[in-house]
Amino acid sequence: MSETSSTKKTVLYNLHVELGAKMVPFAGYDMPVQYPAGILNEHLHTREAAGLFDVSHMGQVVISGENPARAIEALIPGDIQALSAGEMRYSFLTNDQGGILDDLIVTRRENDLFVVVNAACKEQDIALLTGGLAGKAEVTELTDRALVALQGPKAVDVLARYAPEVVAMSFMNYREVEIDGVPCFVTRSGYTGEDGFEISIPNDQAEEICRKLLDETEVMPIGLGARDSLRLEAGLCLYGHDLNEVTTPISAGLIWAISKRRRIEGGFPGADIIQADIANNPAMKRVGILPEGRAPAREHTVITNEAGETIGEITSGGFSPSLGIPIAMGYVPLDFSAVGTKINLLVRGKSRPAVVAKMPFVEQRYYRG
Amino acid sequence: MSYKFTEDHEWVLLEGDVATIGISDYAQGQLGDVVYVEVPTVGDEITKGDELAVVESVKAASEVYSPVSGEIVDVNAELEGAPTVVNEDAMKGGWFAKVRVTNSAELNDLMDEAAYKTFIEGLDE
Repeated sequence: MSETSSTKKTVLYNLHVELGAKMVPFAGYDMPVQYPAGILNEHLHTREAAGLFDVSHMGQVVISGENPARAIEALIPGDIQALSAGEMRYSFLTNDQGGILDDLIVTRRENDLFVVVNAACKEQDIALLTGGLAGKAEVTELTDRALVALQGPKAVDVLARYAPEVVAMSFMNYREVEIDGVPCFVTRSGYTGEDGFEISIPNDQAEEICRKLLDETEVMPIGLGARDSLRLEAGLCLYGHDLNEVTTPISAGLIWAISKRRRIEGGFPGADIIQADIANNPAMKRVGILPEGRAPAREHTVITNEAGETIGEITSGGFSPSLGIPIAMGYVPLDFSAVGTKINLLVRGKSRPAVVAKMPFVEQRYYRG
Repeated sequence: MSYKFTEDHEWVLLEGDVATIGISDYAQGQLGDVVYVEVPTVGDEITKGDELAVVESVKAASEVYSPVSGEIVDVNAELEGAPTVVNEDAMKGGWFAKVRVTNSAELNDLMDEAAYKTFIEGLDE
């Protein structure tokens, strides 16, 4: 369990160690994969009460300029100009082939954009944004802030004790609030399928605020292990697994993230290919998969048809703590993408039956006001 | 009879010519919550070092290698419905399979309990 000198630490590292976390390298950071309660308990607790996640490894970026909302639309297919200040949207950076370079969340603020990108992609993304927006907008990484997620049905009760105004926020909304006198950026969003918040806190006050939140009876610290099983149950994509530079947004089932205006107007990298995908349907589609029996089918498991021919691959797979059964998602040809279609999974050389299933596996419970 | 251990954290308990095989308490702690165990088929022949079982936790699948060669004479059917027994009782109720050993000298290379304890202490440093 040695750590290399190149592994970075978030400002909450000491707190994780003190809480007994098992630390693992992830996207260049030493991150907690689980705490002593274990992934199953952490997962179930988040669904029942509230969990606190350190996601400070992710990139927090501010884009400012004359009209950053219009400028960024040259790089992403999201309809950012349609957002009012305080609203946010899920989108992705695309390449000229219509593939996805990263997925991200863009918040429109009064005078700029606040963007959160994946840890593993942040250097690439910042370079891409900086280059792509040169002359139009300025891109600044906020290295002075930590990011935590407070997720679960009790998250709002807990956070409202510190900042009562968060109660009025709807899903995918942003507000600047003071938590214990500390100015924070709060969004009602997350990666678990539950109601909850992501909170951007100045580095030097992050540990203190996290300690306070963890002292609340409803809140437990949650590691990356449960973060992954929660998002899989919610049917949410993980970049580098369910999405990559060769999957198009349409193939990934993310057409909902491209507004009618942007579908028609284009004007983002790979627009022609994505428009063709919309018109003609993509060759492959991301689907939910329920393996029969109890054996989980992991990422890269081969999907075959009933004749035993390879038709696709699982991109995320594991065990659903909420349902007590294995769940997965993967890509199959369009002909096999209907819910109820029988497929087979090659798990350790053995063909096992499975069925294409509806996602999310566990109902999302976002607060829409 | 006493437990013997491998560096991969399997344990073996030899009674007569039948070896019961499982994973250590340390190993189950490292794996976390076990959600599925794939056990071998009774009657199959296994060679030392072959995959004997697969233990799946929420986050990953881990192979369990046979520390001995021989015939699989019994498997722990209870694990199918209750895989968490591996977490709760790794050294007894969480056993995977019993093997009728063809060469009990294979156990000579394994660590006894005291040596294994020293071994895992070294890993945690």
